[in-house]
Amino acid sequence: MDIRQFHAAFFEESREGLAAMESGLLAMESAQDDAETIHVVFRAAHSIKGGAATFGFTAITDLTHLLETLLDEARNGRRQLRDCTQGNAIGALLDAVDVLRGLIGAAEHGTPIDATALGRARAALDALLANTSAAAAATLGTVATQTAGGRWQIGFHPAPSLFRSGNDPLRILRELASHGELGVTCLDERLPPFAQCDPYEAYLAWDLSLPGDVPRAAIDEAFAWVEDECELRIEAVEPDAPQAIEPAPDAGADAETPAAKPLRMRASDHDNSIRVSVHKVDALIDLVGELVITQAMLQQRSSSLDPSANAALLAGLEQLSRNTRDLQEAVMGVRMLPVEFAFSRLPRMVRDLAARLGKQVRLTTQGETTELDKAMIEKIIDPLVHLVRNSIDHGLEMPNERRAAGKDDTGTLTLTAAHQGGHIVIELHDDGRGLDRARILRKAAERGLPIADNASDGQVWDLIFQPGFSTAEQVTDLSGRGVGMDVVRKNIAALGGHVELRSRAGAGTTVSIRLPLTLAILDGMSVAVGGEVFILPLTAVVESLQPLAQNVRTIAGEARMLRVRDDYLPLLDLAAFYSLPQATRRAAPGANAAMVVIVEADGQRLALEVDELLGQQQVVVKNLETNYRRVPGVSGATILGDGRVALIVDPNGVAQAQLLSAAA
Amino acid sequence: MSANLLIVDDSTSMRQMVAFALSSGGFHVREAEDGQAALDIARNERFDAVVTDVNMPRMDGIQLIRELRQLPSYKFTPLLMLTTESGGDKKAEGKAAGATGWLVKPFDPEQLLATVRKVLA
Repeated sequence: MDIRQFHAAFFEESREGLAAMESGLLAMESAQDDAETIHVVFRAAHSIKGGAATFGFTAITDLTHLLETLLDEARNGRRQLRDCTQGNAIGALLDAVDVLRGLIGAAEHGTPIDATALGRARAALDALLANTSAAAAATLGTVATQTAGGRWQIGFHPAPSLFRSGNDPLRILRELASHGELGVTCLDERLPPFAQCDPYEAYLAWDLSLPGDVPRAAIDEAFAWVEDECELRIEAVEPDAPQAIEPAPDAGADAETPAAKPLRMRASDHDNSIRVSVHKVDALIDLVGELVITQAMLQQRSSSLDPSANAALLAGLEQLSRNTRDLQEAVMGVRMLPVEFAFSRLPRMVRDLAARLGKQVRLTTQGETTELDKAMIEKIIDPLVHLVRNSIDHGLEMPNERRAAGKDDTGTLTLTAAHQGGHIVIELHDDGRGLDRARILRKAAERGLPIADNASDGQVWDLIFQPGFSTAEQVTDLSGRGVGMDVVRKNIAALGGHVELRSRAGAGTTVSIRLPLTLAILDGMSVAVGGEVFILPLTAVVESLQPLAQNVRTIAGEARMLRVRDDYLPLLDLAAFYSLPQATRRAAPGANAAMVVIVEADGQRLALEVDELLGQQQVVVKNLETNYRRVPGVSGATILGDGRVALIVDPNGVAQAQLLSAAA
Repeated sequence: MSANLLIVDDSTSMRQMVAFALSSGGFHVREAEDGQAALDIARNERFDAVVTDVNMPRMDGIQLIRELRQLPSYKFTPLLMLTTESGGDKKAEGKAAGATGWLVKPFDPEQLLATVRKVLA
């Protein structure tokens, strides 16, 4: 029987188990655990061990066995994990969790295991276990005495209640008979007259004999399940020796149910769920996307129908449109996961980092249940990790500094997630020293970054996101070398999101990330450019206006700027950018029929010239790369109601290309 | 008519493995992911034997056995626990709750199948 097919499930649940252990251990370390925590951690270790043993991953079994033993002692009150006189148990357990993660990865990919790390983790756990008197070694060992030529003589007297545990004496006799020639004598003295016979009671008893070459262990095994529910004596009888059978001293312990333990229940465990592959969900989303397009097409075609002659059809189409929208929302909901999945990666990192830097940090999270598209969750983890690192490394002060400033020794990081009108906003707040405006300006001057003299705080903070900017006095190995915040902004922009900083000297810094709920649907503004339709992501659109000719300036013959109130913005003709035939509008000098859409991209604003604004609509994003190839300035495509393809403008890409051409 | 079995384990891989082993042995198999779910299923459907893990959230295997034994239709049904070697006291606790017997992890699928066949013979 091939059981390798269950390996994938084992790896996955083991990782979940390790995550549960890690968060449980962290809660215990910071004394935020409840009575159930240790049981959850123990259960996870226990499950992994059982699975690993069954699937033959010895290294994992051995290490989880040590973990489990320690946790079992803690669970039974024989060990205080937080009590440092018994060693840093939680630290060692967390390290073991890391090593286990590595072992699982190695088992999954068939790569060699990290023997050094494994040895270290084992040694640490062994040392802890040696440190307790309670680590009682299991005493085992019934010596298998074999009697050559002799026989086993077995007296088997079931307790009347034997059937009530679902056991059947016949099964045992059959099993014994499978080992050798079984001699059976049935003893029916206890059998009452038929009328008084209770079919639920065991009345019969047996004297049995087996050849002496049957191992004692095999006989013990046959009776293992019932040894508390019968009188049993097993004796080796020499050939022709007189039989002297006396009852075993340990006879018929009464198996009564001990007081039932109160049931442990947790609300979160009540969720019923099924595990479905992401591919299936994505296929479903694709299909719904097609349906939305078909529906839009029908809508468009039907708009020319005579409403009175086709009332029923139009009502049906209206209904279809509603159903489609609901279906789309419901299907999108399937991909949604609580941001907890991303947040849960952080406590461990905070703990390790704080310990390394000698800082005291408390991480609190709010709104973990806020849901976000699975793909977004995966992509937001790296930026979040980076931001949290930055906050601990640069934002929070050392305990003595904090005390001097009249603050609590322990710095607080607060991570919140909340819905805000079709977006999710994730904020990371630290109560550290705040951003230092003067230092940032000094650094910007050193790096030659342009900044106005009377720049607002927001504009100054924005400098941090510029490539190559770093204000750390000392470059630490933690927050890197000033590569980071620019990458963070880029990664978040790639998700259609936006990041900004707020800060007050001495009071701390807040990083605010605003993200769309999903990458699969986009709120767009459709515009006509050179006879084609393009979609501008609504998140990037600042405003649209019809420019006056006198507000357009041409600099150095080529580059054009548009004056919008007090700002000059680069003006870009989208038709020219995408190499489309330019509309006739510029044939007439002074004519200003074109429209301009101002978008914010890559931290700057840009005026895009289009032929016409067509409207706002939700579009289903189709990936261009998977179907064609990557095109600069285009983030994807969608299919319009009339069946035509419209490209989705990537404002960041356009801005970058524009900068390049301006620089050239 | 092949026997109807209920498999209870919160570990998906173990549960699937047990279910696979037993169904390839010709048994009808239903799965439950913890004691409470198993009890809910068992109240509405008759099983010829139940194979349950011990450590589970919501309701552990021992409490499940205790509850099942209270139901008239499970008074004499074989109820097997899946335990580990270290769970010596669990075996006694399980027996006291009314378990028929146990299987010690790790076991290979053939072993499991053989044991269940023996119990149902």
